[in-house]
Amino acid sequence: MSETTAAGKRVVTIDSLAMNFGPQHPAAHGVLRLILEMDGEVVERADPHIGLLHRGTEKLIEHKTYIQAVPYFDRLDYVSPMCCEHAFALAVEKLAGIEVPERGKWIRTLFAEITRVLNHLLNITSYMMDVGAITPILWGFEEREKLLEFHEAASGARFHANYFRPGGVSKDLPAGLADRIADWAQSFPRFIDDLEELLTANRIWKQRTVDIGVIGAEDALAWGFSGPCLRASGVPWDLRRAQPYDMYGSVAFAIPVGRNGDCYDRYLVRMGEMRESVKIIEQCLAHMRPGPVKVQDRKFTPPTRAEMKHSMEALIHHFKLYTEGFHVPAGATYTVVEAPKGEFGVYLVADGTNRPYRCKIRPTGFAFLQAIEVLGRRHMLADVVAIIGSLDVVFGEIDR
Amino acid sequence: MPENKPGLAGLSEHIAALPGVRSVSAEKGELVAHAERAPLVALMTRLRDDPLLRFAQVMDICGVDWPERTERFDVVYNLLSVALNQRLRVIITTDEGSPVPSVAAVWPAATWWEREAWDLFGIAFSGQPDLRRILTDYGFEGHPLRKDFPLTGHVELRYDEDRKSVVYEPVKLVQDFRNFDFVSPWEGITTLPGDEKAHQERQK
Repeated sequence: MSETTAAGKRVVTIDSLAMNFGPQHPAAHGVLRLILEMDGEVVERADPHIGLLHRGTEKLIEHKTYIQAVPYFDRLDYVSPMCCEHAFALAVEKLAGIEVPERGKWIRTLFAEITRVLNHLLNITSYMMDVGAITPILWGFEEREKLLEFHEAASGARFHANYFRPGGVSKDLPAGLADRIADWAQSFPRFIDDLEELLTANRIWKQRTVDIGVIGAEDALAWGFSGPCLRASGVPWDLRRAQPYDMYGSVAFAIPVGRNGDCYDRYLVRMGEMRESVKIIEQCLAHMRPGPVKVQDRKFTPPTRAEMKHSMEALIHHFKLYTEGFHVPAGATYTVVEAPKGEFGVYLVADGTNRPYRCKIRPTGFAFLQAIEVLGRRHMLADVVAIIGSLDVVFGEIDR
Repeated sequence: MPENKPGLAGLSEHIAALPGVRSVSAEKGELVAHAERAPLVALMTRLRDDPLLRFAQVMDICGVDWPERTERFDVVYNLLSVALNQRLRVIITTDEGSPVPSVAAVWPAATWWEREAWDLFGIAFSGQPDLRRILTDYGFEGHPLRKDFPLTGHVELRYDEDRKSVVYEPVKLVQDFRNFDFVSPWEGITTLPGDEKAHQERQK
């Protein structure tokens, strides 16, 4: 629209345009529907609509026994499945008052870190693809495939592992797996070097990410940030260090911290974390000793197949565990883990029966996505893509 | 982490003295405060700004439904103080009719958690300007995480080839949902019927 004022000047007014970004958009990382109010190519307001992948996980868990609830956690953050299981397993152990044997703890720490690398590999490379670099995702998927083989060797499944159980892990590592992981851990830092050479000083990459989506430390805290996104803003907060669980108290690792809180720093922090994860993996392998991998209390974990062949009691225990499950004493806990994306929490209310009374899942990306409103304001449309990539959102966990 | 942080006992005493707090207890090493609904915003602001507490983050807000109670909902706030490396759980109660004061002005992150509690439980938040549904479908009816909401829901959705559109229909189950009762009358029973007097004697 244009009109001529009395002074003879032409005044042009443009209506802001509401635009649908997603739900089917390759850079929306799943099913995000983002309603953007645009002023030309500049984003005035971003309103994320979520819930398109809502499956009612929390309601379903209320109707399942504690053991049956574990597989739901794989399907929350499907990029880092074992870390979600970890939070639930720890919560149940806390309420039931059971202590996992040491080897079980080491295996869980080991696989939590493998999962971290798995997650960061996918996030960083797909984030790069969103801003135009196609090579890293092809490289990254090759490395991911090696890690998924470790998943498969340990649990029998590549993604939906169902491996961390309340009381330990479902079974011990197969023979030779520890050596294969050690070999991989030796070669992996070279891969990170290659990836960094491709990107860290890359002009196009920096132009797209430096000073984009900046959030300061105070704002990041107020918006409920955690994990790499909070550390990129300069807050050295890591639950593995601050509130250690399993074996994190006895491994040495550094916490990479950013300074500017922009998309580039979030990338750098994740790259640094992958290097630290490799160090933790090596320490886990070095410290692991043979022993039981789950509590030997048959009220919580099933007996071995061999035992069931000749012991009636073992057979009864097995039957009871897989039909009725175990009862957890009444109580409530909010248990958290440092998932690759940040704080993943489970608020578990038990009422003394064999099912959770309430199992609230605190997804990590929920808080990040909410902050798009402030992160994306007055940015170009293409920058919103970079911001979403840098926040590392996965809708399996956000929508639950 | 900070060595000079006040102990759990000192912290719980300090929080118990704040206005609006009913009781503070440590449950499995986690600090839990039961609070009054009306002065909630003042209490939360205090928890955030008090130099001894500094709960700068609300990590999670959720509802819990206890249908047999008069005030059926618990609203649970999980706070985190990065400075003290301390967590606090604040619990208030409410019912369908009474709105809870919104804490969105204290922590901007609260908005979506409150929308979620509204969506899934029907807990209303007064002073929350953006109380839309968040997780359920557009046009959804009911609050699915209430205990009286069936697991299967009320409607199902399919694509109708004739009408060339998605249609909603009442849920038809081929087989009823089977809900097994595993609470055994034998386990954990301390008093047999007719044995109450002997049981009371044992208690003494």
